[in-house]
Amino acid sequence: MCLAVPGKLIERDGESGLVELHGNRVPVSVVLTPEAALGDWVLVHAGFAISSLSEAEAMETFALLGELEEAGKSDE
Amino acid sequence: MSERPTDLWLDRLRRAAAAVARPLAFMEICGTHTMAAFRCGLRALLPDSVRLISGPGCPVCVTAPGDIDLILQAAQKPDVVLCTYGDMLRVGGIDGDSLEQRRADGADVRIIYSTLDAVDLAEKSPQKQVVLAAVGFETTTPATAAAVLQAQRRGLKNFSILASHKRVMPALEALLAEGDVSVQGLMCPGHVSIILGAGVYRPLAQRYRMPCVVAGFEPLQMMQTLALLAEMNQQGQARVDNIYAPLVREQGNQAALRLTERVFEPCDAEWRGLGKIGQSGLRLAAEFEQYDAAARLGLSRREGGEPPGCRCGQVIKGKQTPDQCPLFATVCTPTRPIGPCMVSGEGTCAAWFKYGRATAAGEAS
Amino acid sequence: MSGTILLAHGGGGQLTDELLEQVVRPRLGNPLLDAQLDSGMIPLPDGTRLALTTDSYVVQPWEFPGGNIGRLAVCGTVNDLAVCGAKVLGLGLSLILAEGLEKAGLERVMDAVAQAAKQANVRIITGDTKVVGRGAADGLYITTCGIGLVPAGVDLSPMNVRQGDVLLINGPIGEHGLAVMMARQMPQMVCPLQSDSAPLNGLMEALLAAAPLTRFARDATRGGVAGLCADLAKASGKRIVLREADVPVTAATRRAAEVLGIDVLEVANEGKLVAVVAAEQAEAALGAMRSQCWGKGAAIIGQVGAAGGICEMVTNMGGRRIVQKPYGEQLPRIC
Repeated sequence: MCLAVPGKLIERDGESGLVELHGNRVPVSVVLTPEAALGDWVLVHAGFAISSLSEAEAMETFALLGELEEAGKSDE
Repeated sequence: MSERPTDLWLDRLRRAAAAVARPLAFMEICGTHTMAAFRCGLRALLPDSVRLISGPGCPVCVTAPGDIDLILQAAQKPDVVLCTYGDMLRVGGIDGDSLEQRRADGADVRIIYSTLDAVDLAEKSPQKQVVLAAVGFETTTPATAAAVLQAQRRGLKNFSILASHKRVMPALEALLAEGDVSVQGLMCPGHVSIILGAGVYRPLAQRYRMPCVVAGFEPLQMMQTLALLAEMNQQGQARVDNIYAPLVREQGNQAALRLTERVFEPCDAEWRGLGKIGQSGLRLAAEFEQYDAAARLGLSRREGGEPPGCRCGQVIKGKQTPDQCPLFATVCTPTRPIGPCMVSGEGTCAAWFKYGRATAAGEAS
Repeated sequence: MSGTILLAHGGGGQLTDELLEQVVRPRLGNPLLDAQLDSGMIPLPDGTRLALTTDSYVVQPWEFPGGNIGRLAVCGTVNDLAVCGAKVLGLGLSLILAEGLEKAGLERVMDAVAQAAKQANVRIITGDTKVVGRGAADGLYITTCGIGLVPAGVDLSPMNVRQGDVLLINGPIGEHGLAVMMARQMPQMVCPLQSDSAPLNGLMEALLAAAPLTRFARDATRGGVAGLCADLAKASGKRIVLREADVPVTAATRRAAEVLGIDVLEVANEGKLVAVVAAEQAEAALGAMRSQCWGKGAAIIGQVGAAGGICEMVTNMGGRRIVQKPYGEQLPRIC
């Protein structure tokens, strides 16, 4: 199971956060990623952030996975 | 043809497969890999000697008919609002019935995105009993645990769950321990591994001399996985490679694991098509028993619904092909699926059904 | 088939087909209905054909980002005529209103009807209004009919599709269905997508003028491009081959679809059509589409192969997969 989508954590208030995914903004619970800070990237599964990365790590990881190419397209 | 990033790994896969000079079967354990492989057309690219087998599949597909039946019973109770993931709507219970049908008959069935939506709904509807039909592997279980804790914190008396969460590792162990699985490597599920950690596969790799690669769901990751697995076979190695770092850490997500351990405890569980597997399920720990919907609503689990003849267990182990199953395409079809391999739209049997029919249509015209 | 009607029976997918095959066609079948085009075609003595279409709109919520049920009703009906090559003569509009509906809401819907009709350059020439008791309908429903005239010599049908023809679409897919699904299923989420609903009769006229060897067109509504192409493959008996890399999808759409776990190819559009055109006129067709305000993102997305009766997609990684008609209702999923 387990579809999950990466996005950037742009708001955080206690256990709640807001994640930006190409203009889509999804409320998430960050109870599983207490370490996640504003500006970090998180992987969102069913409304929960399940893993977090620093922005630098995220750029490297998702560039490898072809995500950045897509990020470029959204800036059209 | 322009060079794709996947071509490099495809090339390495071909060379390693040729060098090994015997058929290789690799198993993906997770339904999301099954679906991702289908979506990107991965199988069409594989060398003839390499097969990708779909393992147990997604947790929805392996939910036993008896567990679905409990969920259907709950949905039928007056004043119950049944919350679940969209995936669950069509899965058949003991009598082939489903939540989709129950909704048409008047049950209040809500599709949720987050388990916390169900908790919010319970808070807003004090006159209703909100039941969360919770399924999922390790990735999704913490979300259910978080919802139970949230309900406890808010003092909600009208929130409960029917949990059919499954644990991947005991099932995988059981498959491998039987010793009759014809598989030369495992594609380990990236998102389950985010929670469990890459470390859980190391004892397994050692004990069964089984190459393992922890991978994400992008085409590149999957192709790289197959190449690495083939190369390990060529070199006679059984490593665990984690190519989904840094998302997947060696020790997993400790916060998520602690949450799951606090709310649930392992128990034996029945898997559709595979039967009972020791310690492969989770039930609410004693402290949280009041959130058990079966007890609260007075439901009793019925057995059955596994029609004789279903060979999904053999198909999953790579021992048989779907057309060797007596139920395949006769009583078991995508619109009325019986085993997990047909329940999942991208399961092995469903894929065979589609491709088989497609080929037949092509020959006919 | 199960004994009761499920929501999925109305999804325009496999279950809808099943319902039509088992309940409707055996009782009502006739050559005009059995042609299964978006409009019924009545041949006239002068070689032209009268196109008649009807459609119902029950979308929830009935107001959504980028439009409302009124705009949808006009665009959908105009498009069902246009993709048959018909010039629209007029539309009828029948309203079913629920007791308690705010008048201001109805006014917004009628404003949208008027605006869309103006954009399509069509008129509403007949109508009806009924009110049902509170709870018997959710807000309001609209049923439409449309009538148009297909000029002599214009014959768009799956049967005309030939090997080597190309498939075009007039812009990025998935926006309408995802915008509505987000508004319905995930109101807590901010989604930048707007319904793409648009009248495509002007675009169809430009296409037919620039590419007389247009064989077939259909608007990719319920069932999305996947359902359309699977149907086209079945009806034509040909193998339809799509190229994933060429199917236009915006990044925001792709991400929204991923959040919901939905295949964007199966998502409904309300301002997108797929046209099949002879290869030698593909560039002319593409240019004609792109010259229109609702065709700026047009693209060639695939081609017609030999006999086969299935639709395949060549994926970004060079693999192949079968594209199937979706089952029915689209639901957010997590695995």
